[in-house]
Amino acid sequence: MDKEIFVCRCEDITLTQIKELISQGHRTIDEIKRVSRAGMGPCQGRTCRMLIAQELAKAYGVNVEEVLMPSFRPPVKPIKLGLLAGGE
Amino acid sequence: MQKTSSIVIIGGGVIGCALAYQLARRGVKDIVVLEKEYLTSGATGRCGAGVRQQWATETNCLLAKESVRMFENMNEELGYSKDIEFKQKGYLLLAYTDDQWNQFKKNVKLQKSLGIPVEMVKPQKAKEIVPHLNIEGLIGATYCGTDGHANPFHVTYAYAEAARKLGVKIETYTEVIGFEVEKGKIKKVKTNRGDIYAPIVVNCAGPHSGEIAKMAGEEIPIYPERHQALVTEPVESIQDPMVISFHHHIYCQQVPHGSFVMGMGDPNEPTSFNQKSSWQFLEEMAQKVVSILPPLKDIRVVRQWAGLYDMSPDANPVIDELASVKGFYTVAGFSGHGFMVAPITGVMVAQLILGEETSLPVHPFGLERFKRGEYLLEHSVV
Repeated sequence: MDKEIFVCRCEDITLTQIKELISQGHRTIDEIKRVSRAGMGPCQGRTCRMLIAQELAKAYGVNVEEVLMPSFRPPVKPIKLGLLAGGE
Repeated sequence: MQKTSSIVIIGGGVIGCALAYQLARRGVKDIVVLEKEYLTSGATGRCGAGVRQQWATETNCLLAKESVRMFENMNEELGYSKDIEFKQKGYLLLAYTDDQWNQFKKNVKLQKSLGIPVEMVKPQKAKEIVPHLNIEGLIGATYCGTDGHANPFHVTYAYAEAARKLGVKIETYTEVIGFEVEKGKIKKVKTNRGDIYAPIVVNCAGPHSGEIAKMAGEEIPIYPERHQALVTEPVESIQDPMVISFHHHIYCQQVPHGSFVMGMGDPNEPTSFNQKSSWQFLEEMAQKVVSILPPLKDIRVVRQWAGLYDMSPDANPVIDELASVKGFYTVAGFSGHGFMVAPITGVMVAQLILGEETSLPVHPFGLERFKRGEYLLEHSVV
């Protein structure tokens, strides 16, 4: 069932994969992002970040707010290089 | 955490993990790797992911050439469960001034003498290699088809996974806070999670290696310097090689995933631990890359980040034991090209520590060179 649940829609990462990574010892959203690309797509983790946080919280028995958030990196929305190049 | 160890390696980046594996596969037991955050959290995970052999010094050419050979078989050699994503689609280095072109001629002569398959190409040929390249103002370029790209996260995890299978303990979220030195020899590493006795300590802390050495009581000339990069949305594959312009201080490649990764060096960047990204970078990077590779104007940036180079005075690494603290080695100062030479570096340092003959000479990387003024100046750095 979890195999069919996509946590990161940009990079096609399923709940099964996230759970596997947690069971392999990955402790933070940042670690999961680097090994799987979850959160690296066009939406930059807007959808998956909190879902992964929930899974980590469950696995480690902590509250979601205790899960370390990754850096929020600019730009806020995808923006064309051409637009930036012409920017003042 | 264990109380004793044969060798403590400080830093869970690609250098530290490669070294741990190479020591373990040579039979060393009780190796501990200490990492203050998680594997690849420092410079390794922020690097441009390029692998090139086109250097201006013999030492770098050889380190890179041997490392390319190792990247080629790395998945198999390390029995990695995933893929290091090594692709060899070349590097194209652009020359915009006569000085650069003349330097390239010297570099190519050196590279060819060392068996690196590089060629000098005219602007029109460069455009055949990268069809969307704007050749206005271009004098020529050099091209090496066996240069390429690898995924820094997966290369590090591949080494870490293989090292763990051989018994290496990797302690993440463990920060070194000091050392105990006795009669000029390293005795103990102090961490925020307890102390470890160790007769040998290897400082692979990249941009933080200066601070680490200071804790052991010696100053080494390695400084942090911010470099920035960005990545775009993935698009259809249009660019095979990494494109570098030293004139514009930029590099730009399309990674196997489809995204373009590009970065820029700022010659006026001050020494500091600042690794925040800036708006100025985003605009300047975009202007430069759109002028050199115009079709990229329609591709969207999804993320920018920054990381620290571990700069040394001659942009080449330090591989040496501290004069005043025996058993304490430094393997750092790679100045922006540590990832691509990590494979052979791990081998050489393991051999050095075990008193074996090293695959390539280590003595050029000694600390004494700075005192003697024998700099291994490397010009080909972005």
